[in-house]
Amino acid sequence: MPPVPTAHYVFLSAALFTIGMIGVLTRRNVVIILISIELMLNAVNINLVAFSNLLQSVNGQAFAIFVIVDAAAEAAVGLGIVIALFRNKETIQADEIDLMKW
Amino acid sequence: MNFLELIWMIPLFPAAGAVAMLLFGKKMPNWLVSIICPGMVFTSFLVSVGAVYQLSSLPERQFEKILYSWVPGASFQMANGQLSNLGADWGFLLDPLSSIMILVVTGVGFLIHVYATGYMSHEGGFYRFFGYLNLFMFSMLTLVLANNYLLLFVGWEGVGVCSYLLIGFYFHKKSASDAGKKAFIANRVGDAGVVLGMFTMLATFGSIRYTNVIAQAGSGNFHIGDAAITAITLLLFIGVTGKSAQVPLYVWLPDAMEGPTPVSALIHAATMVTAGVYLMVRSNILYVLSPDTMAVVAGVGAFTAIFAATIGIAQYDIKRVLAYSTVSQLGYMVLACGVGAFGAGVFHLMTHAFFKALLFLGAGSVIHAMSGEQDMRKMGGLAKKIPYTHATFLVAALAIIGTPLFSGFFSKDEILWRAFISPVGSGILLYGVALITAGLTAFYIWRLMFMTFYGESRVDHHAAHHLHESPPVMTIPLMVLAVLSLAGGWIGWPTVLGGSNHLEHWLEPVLGPGAKILEEHAAHGEHAHSTEYMLMALSVIVAFSGLSLAYYFFIKNRAAGDSIAQKFSGVQKLLENKYYVDEVYNAVFVRGMVMNGGEALSKFDARVIDGGVNGVAWFTRLTSTASMWWDKWIVDGAVRLTALVVNLTSYPARILQTGRVQLYAFSILTGLLIFFSYYLFK
Amino acid sequence: MQSVLPSLFFYALATMILVSAVVTITRRNAVHSVIWLISTLLGIAGLFLHQHAEFLAAVQVIVYIGGITVLFLFVIMLVNLDEAAKKKQFAGQWKIVVICAGALLAELGFFIFKGAEGFYFAEPAGGSLQPNTQLIALALYRDYLLPFELASLLLLVAMIGAVVLAKKDLK
Repeated sequence: MPPVPTAHYVFLSAALFTIGMIGVLTRRNVVIILISIELMLNAVNINLVAFSNLLQSVNGQAFAIFVIVDAAAEAAVGLGIVIALFRNKETIQADEIDLMKW
Repeated sequence: MNFLELIWMIPLFPAAGAVAMLLFGKKMPNWLVSIICPGMVFTSFLVSVGAVYQLSSLPERQFEKILYSWVPGASFQMANGQLSNLGADWGFLLDPLSSIMILVVTGVGFLIHVYATGYMSHEGGFYRFFGYLNLFMFSMLTLVLANNYLLLFVGWEGVGVCSYLLIGFYFHKKSASDAGKKAFIANRVGDAGVVLGMFTMLATFGSIRYTNVIAQAGSGNFHIGDAAITAITLLLFIGVTGKSAQVPLYVWLPDAMEGPTPVSALIHAATMVTAGVYLMVRSNILYVLSPDTMAVVAGVGAFTAIFAATIGIAQYDIKRVLAYSTVSQLGYMVLACGVGAFGAGVFHLMTHAFFKALLFLGAGSVIHAMSGEQDMRKMGGLAKKIPYTHATFLVAALAIIGTPLFSGFFSKDEILWRAFISPVGSGILLYGVALITAGLTAFYIWRLMFMTFYGESRVDHHAAHHLHESPPVMTIPLMVLAVLSLAGGWIGWPTVLGGSNHLEHWLEPVLGPGAKILEEHAAHGEHAHSTEYMLMALSVIVAFSGLSLAYYFFIKNRAAGDSIAQKFSGVQKLLENKYYVDEVYNAVFVRGMVMNGGEALSKFDARVIDGGVNGVAWFTRLTSTASMWWDKWIVDGAVRLTALVVNLTSYPARILQTGRVQLYAFSILTGLLIFFSYYLFK
Repeated sequence: MQSVLPSLFFYALATMILVSAVVTITRRNAVHSVIWLISTLLGIAGLFLHQHAEFLAAVQVIVYIGGITVLFLFVIMLVNLDEAAKKKQFAGQWKIVVICAGALLAELGFFIFKGAEGFYFAEPAGGSLQPNTQLIALALYRDYLLPFELASLLLLVAMIGAVVLAKKDLK
């Protein structure tokens, strides 16, 4: 019996991604939306590492590091925006921020 | 020195200038900026001249320099099932067509840079202006020198961005920043067409490199009227209507006059707006393979030409008249492409770059002299006060109406002649429209001349005090351009007048294959030279009657002019408000999407009733009381019906614009779901 | 027995990750959400270890759990969340979103397991990438040097951007 089929890793990643996506699309709290985005990025990492292991190539892991770098940058800027938003609009509910309407 | 190997440096000089300005320009004194930026463009011009000179001695007159493989080969499946590689290089192609473009862009661009150092000397953000201007030169040169459609698109987007930045240069003025956004959004619609066209091209030819596409299209594997090619050309043409300001996307160009005048001259008259024409000429072989597209192109071009010319008649802002004139002249170029006269299109592009840049710079000099006044009703009698501007403006005005021996005469007549003998569509109709447009052009340009330079002065006291000729740094570029406007057309001296049309021969390698296909499949009757002489004489007569009409109305007998305007006040109002196109677009695309129905309906109603009733009022007077009924029920009813239809059709678009990001993201999810389901159930 | 244990490890971790993730996105209190996020991230770090990506596991713990989640906690402290906690938790479209996302997951699962048969990716090759840290270092500093430098630039830009955004008043 082989250890664990890669397909299971990929499915785990897809499931985690879907959970993150549901979080992004349904929660009203912007901070939790950002947390959900972190979940989605981690789903990607699981995938990358699984294939890195399958193909015996370190490239996947290098890319996972880039994804983490990206996640850090995104979290910093995203949370900066949340603070600026809260200061100006007194709310962090995603559906109360609809400036793009006009 | 081998300049051909150095063509990749032509766009690089202005890029270096732009980087220097945008990073360190704030600290530089103005004199340094006005040396660096025009200097960079001048260096590009010198390299271009050297490269074109060396190109002319190559037997095949084509030189490709590939710097590196930019998008390396990812393989994909073409529509016919073959595999192909998406290979796009950062490569430059110098051939007769691009050589004309780079000479025009760097040459005219240099003159305008020099002029701008004088014009902008009292403005804030001097370095920013020149940084953007140099960035624009870089993008434009990339656009015309690219060896594949993808790199062309990089330049295409780049000039769009620079246009946006420069229109909104006075960003503290709301109208300017709005105009910038309008230009950007209108162009975006067109750009989507170009991208789709590029994808279709990849699927059809498996390549987006010019040489490959042209070789495949000319190989005979594609018959005339091939559906895929028609799709490609139509999609590319959508991009052309955006960039080259054709109906229906022309609306941004008149508003673009909010930018500084050198910008209007460089970007919105001489270079960027001709990018669309360049794209069509570059793909000429695809266009000749698709007669349907050619008919659309010719129709749109002719309609734009006459439509914009009629609006130009009733405008009072000196720059707006020129803007509509530009739209109209671009219509000529597109018409030329539509009737298969690509050479004539390029020829007119070139002469138009000279005389329209001169007109705009002259207008800028007038505005400069008038301390910022742009309304022609407050000018008049300026000829004595600003003699150099007047003299050069006169040359341009004679050139644009097609006075014999001036550059506009040769290029415009070439287009008229080719429209007349056109194998595409009904040539006589196209010719008629173009001829009327020529008359209208003469009328509105000379209306501008008479209102600005001649007659009694209507300048107000304050401005009259400051009235002065511009400094030499502005007038010298005007003089150079005046010489070019006069003599620039001589390289295309037609054979019937004893010349040899050098331009046509020079472009032969680019246009030859397309022309051959066109000739093979069109019954080409012989046309006597006498017909050509007659048409030339006719267009000169029409132009000069337009001129004399303008003279009669605006100098000799102003009362007659006013009374005519009174009598047709409905038409006058319609033209002055540019056929209400902006209002309709605003109601349908802007307001319709964001506002609640009732409000949009009532505003749209009010504007259209206003326009419709004004336009129809004079007509009703003629048809007396019987038309009261007509007015009340049919006209108003039609107006209300239109408004209702617009309101209903914009409803789906409106409910999508909720402004809530999560719903937008949700649409991505549904798209993904549909995409996967398609493969699931396939 | 030897081969059963690793897969048991995997399924335990997978359960932990998914359960924590679901709890993360359903908590009313944002602080609780972050705590559960940490649990998810730890599970993923365990998964990395399980696949012999030791360096990545360490990075995951240090950068994610040590850095990013703390950042989240800080922001939650800065922003007044008592108001938000009393309000409705989910946006109005949550039912349809869950249905659509479930359908998408089902389709993805179908494709993955259908592909697992036809495609060869069912069988992980033997062996592991060792020495892991050295290999990653070679990849980052030799093969992906330019992207690496670009990533550092990105971080710099993000840092400055975050400072500017969060500053009280510009100028």
